Amino acid sequence: METVAAVQLKNITKRFGKVVANHNVSLDINRGEILSLLGENGSGKTTLMNMLAGIYFPDEGEILVNGKPVTIASPKDAYDNGIGMIHQHFKLVDVFTAAENIVLGLEEEGKLDLKAASAKITEICDRYGFHIDPAKKVYDMSVSEKQTVEIVKVLYRGAQILILDEPTAVLTPQETDRLFDVMRNMKADGKAMIIITHKLHEVMDVSDRVAVLRKGEYIGDVLTKDTSPQALTDMMVGHAVTLNIDRPEPKDPTPRLEVEHVTVFDAMGVKRLDDVTFTAMGGEILGIAGIAGSGQKELLEAIAGLQPMQSGASIRYRPIGHPDNKDGVELVGKTPLQIKRSGVSLAFVPEDRLGMGLVGSLGMTGNMLLRSYRKGHGIFTDRKAPKKLAEEVMEELDVVTPSVNFPVRRLSGGNVQKVLVGREIAQKPSVLMTAYAVRGLDINTSYTIYNLLTEQKMKGVAVVYVGEDLDVLLELCDRILVLCGGQVSGIVDARTTTKEEVGLLMTRFNKEAAEA
Amino acid sequence: MSQVKQGKEPLLRIAKRDGISRPKAYGIRVIAVLLSLIVSGIFIFAVTKLNPIQVYEAIFDGAFGTSRRSWVTIRDTMMLLCIGVGLAPAFKMKFWNIGAEGQVLIGGVITAGIMRAYGTSLPTPVLLVIMAIMSILAGCVWGVIPATFKAVWNTNETLFTLMMNYVAIQITSYCVALWENPIGSNTVGVINQQTKAGWFPEVFGQTYGLNVILVLVLTVGMFLYLKYSKHGYEITVVGDSVNTARYAGISVKKVTIRTMAISGAICGLAGFIAVAGASHTISTSTAGGRGFTAIIVAWLAQFNTFVMILISLLLVFLQKGAIQIASQFNLNDYASNIITGIILFFILGSEFFINYRVILRGKKEGEAK
Repeated sequence: METVAAVQLKNITKRFGKVVANHNVSLDINRGEILSLLGENGSGKTTLMNMLAGIYFPDEGEILVNGKPVTIASPKDAYDNGIGMIHQHFKLVDVFTAAENIVLGLEEEGKLDLKAASAKITEICDRYGFHIDPAKKVYDMSVSEKQTVEIVKVLYRGAQILILDEPTAVLTPQETDRLFDVMRNMKADGKAMIIITHKLHEVMDVSDRVAVLRKGEYIGDVLTKDTSPQALTDMMVGHAVTLNIDRPEPKDPTPRLEVEHVTVFDAMGVKRLDDVTFTAMGGEILGIAGIAGSGQKELLEAIAGLQPMQSGASIRYRPIGHPDNKDGVELVGKTPLQIKRSGVSLAFVPEDRLGMGLVGSLGMTGNMLLRSYRKGHGIFTDRKAPKKLAEEVMEELDVVTPSVNFPVRRLSGGNVQKVLVGREIAQKPSVLMTAYAVRGLDINTSYTIYNLLTEQKMKGVAVVYVGEDLDVLLELCDRILVLCGGQVSGIVDARTTTKEEVGLLMTRFNKEAAEA
Repeated sequence: MSQVKQGKEPLLRIAKRDGISRPKAYGIRVIAVLLSLIVSGIFIFAVTKLNPIQVYEAIFDGAFGTSRRSWVTIRDTMMLLCIGVGLAPAFKMKFWNIGAEGQVLIGGVITAGIMRAYGTSLPTPVLLVIMAIMSILAGCVWGVIPATFKAVWNTNETLFTLMMNYVAIQITSYCVALWENPIGSNTVGVINQQTKAGWFPEVFGQTYGLNVILVLVLTVGMFLYLKYSKHGYEITVVGDSVNTARYAGISVKKVTIRTMAISGAICGLAGFIAVAGASHTISTSTAGGRGFTAIIVAWLAQFNTFVMILISLLLVFLQKGAIQIASQFNLNDYASNIITGIILFFILGSEFFINYRVILRGKKEGEAK
């Protein structure tokens, strides 16, 4: 490189409490180049970029812009250095027009001249091939239009270095193509661009160079033309680590939940699940793998009766000991209470522990009550049984709390999780669904949870384990279902599959290659 | 998870407390009350050159100086407490019921109407029961309407309940004009002054005995309902997290409507007590802003109805005292209101110090997690 890099990151480290989000990361970004930042969930991509954008401040290391060391302590500092970031969640004022949003926060001399601003916006749009109407209100805009406003906002402020955090996650394929065209135009204009993504085909399509992060560490960079999706996956997931999780053979697995044609749209009208079909067996652990937001949450909530589904969906439950029961119980269309009343013992550890699984202001006893408060006649609740259960859970799972009445909101994450898992297992479920059951837990507690799940499996329970750590999925589960963009991209035998195979299914390259 | 800041650390930082022991919390509140008395004392002396101690004596005298004054203080305390008890379940569910004022008024109007219409034809006990039931139903309707809209169409309950107040005030104005007595006075006058039909009877020789009994029964009942009943548990869960409620199979719609029915009903009954048990008349000021003051009562007590007794008493005590010092020292009404304001400011402000800690520069976040 004859010219100095637009941005250089040198030995950047960022910690959040005990968690190291980025460790000693060094990275160069050049002008006229599109760099892909690739990595699994929680690999520290967004954190790293937030330090460039002035959202976080690095604990160690330095940032150089055009070869000069700079301090970026606020988004304004970032703009002053020509760095602009387009966040995953848009930061726009709904009741303002595009032009008003774009000039918002700029401290310019004199009167606010929206006409001049609109002219400048139109000029920027023409130069790079965007289409926006400066007078359109944000609440009238589609997601893609909003994203365009965000990008123009950054360009309007004179950004030379653009960071796009998963820009394609919310776009249709056509919109994605249009975005990539614009990005190529900006590249031709000499801008430096960083795109955070975990879609491999997009990486191959748009970028010139790929940098890979794994668990906060910088793994390396390669020129896109010199690499392949397979090689990138290997860099992204790393080598398999042996965890030695005890995995007995499943005990005469029988179909327990038959999920067919489940399609879910969210409140915004985006398709979250697309014709999902699979069977969960009693006596086995079915792992669910996928990039975050591939429909895992919606799938579990659909089974639990919390998610409206498109017609044609069917979730059939077959009670224990009646494998030939042709009818089973249909769960679609039932509320959680109706599911419970129809004799289905469904335990569910949701991802949002305090926001969905627990009552933060109550103690352990009050939370045990959540599943049993309807028991007994009369208008008053029975507190003796839940108190006893709370004490048992506290004892068996080593929950650290001053008392069973201490609000669970004030317990540490691991203890909160133990309370939730303890309560759900105590229901003696026939189906146990867990979402990220070990997220934020230390090693020992994680193993406690793995053992509990395996114990349930050996009791004939159908365990569904949504996980993010592939090593754990490979060693804990019997089968793994891989979700990609709301579709089932494959169901593999966890004993024979490889990390690479699951990784490819997660980014679906394999299927697309097959189709191509 | 603190962010690294450039430059100098600020002089004061504020951190949320992890929790505070009960005695310590009450300690902070007592200090707040003492501080407020000192600051008011300085204010009194600066403005009026009066001896603050004498003024405080007068405040006490105003509230409890004579047996009659004491009973008026108790009567008003019960009124405020009753509305506060009515608001407790709604606010515990995080339903912002700003409409107690209207719910009280509509209960009062119904009571007054029945009292006028049937005062000569029905015996007082029967009349009382009918008035109580009708006022409960009226308040209930006033609570259920905004709750239904919220549950079904997710409308904003704060605005809706506030609007319902104006509807109730207009209905009251209309009825006052309709029932005007004597003609031209623009008031309803004391209803059934001669016969006292539909008035609360004396209990244990006390005019306001029945008020106290009714409200205390409600207070105890609501305490048990919120703390130990299945409904109370559902209210706690919905107030904490709507998603958790759905997860547990609780129908949020049903709980919202049911709870507001109860909340409105108790406020309606408060209207009944205000008319049949105290003023024996109706006007647009029958609720007198208590529907709003009661919100402070409910929140300050953290929905513990027993604590509400103390807080209602304190607020009414201050109000009575303010009236007394205004007349005794020839002070402007506003001066006494300022004193009440200062005291309330300190008490409400103390909640900040109960929930947050202020850390000086250089000090470590000792127990920070």
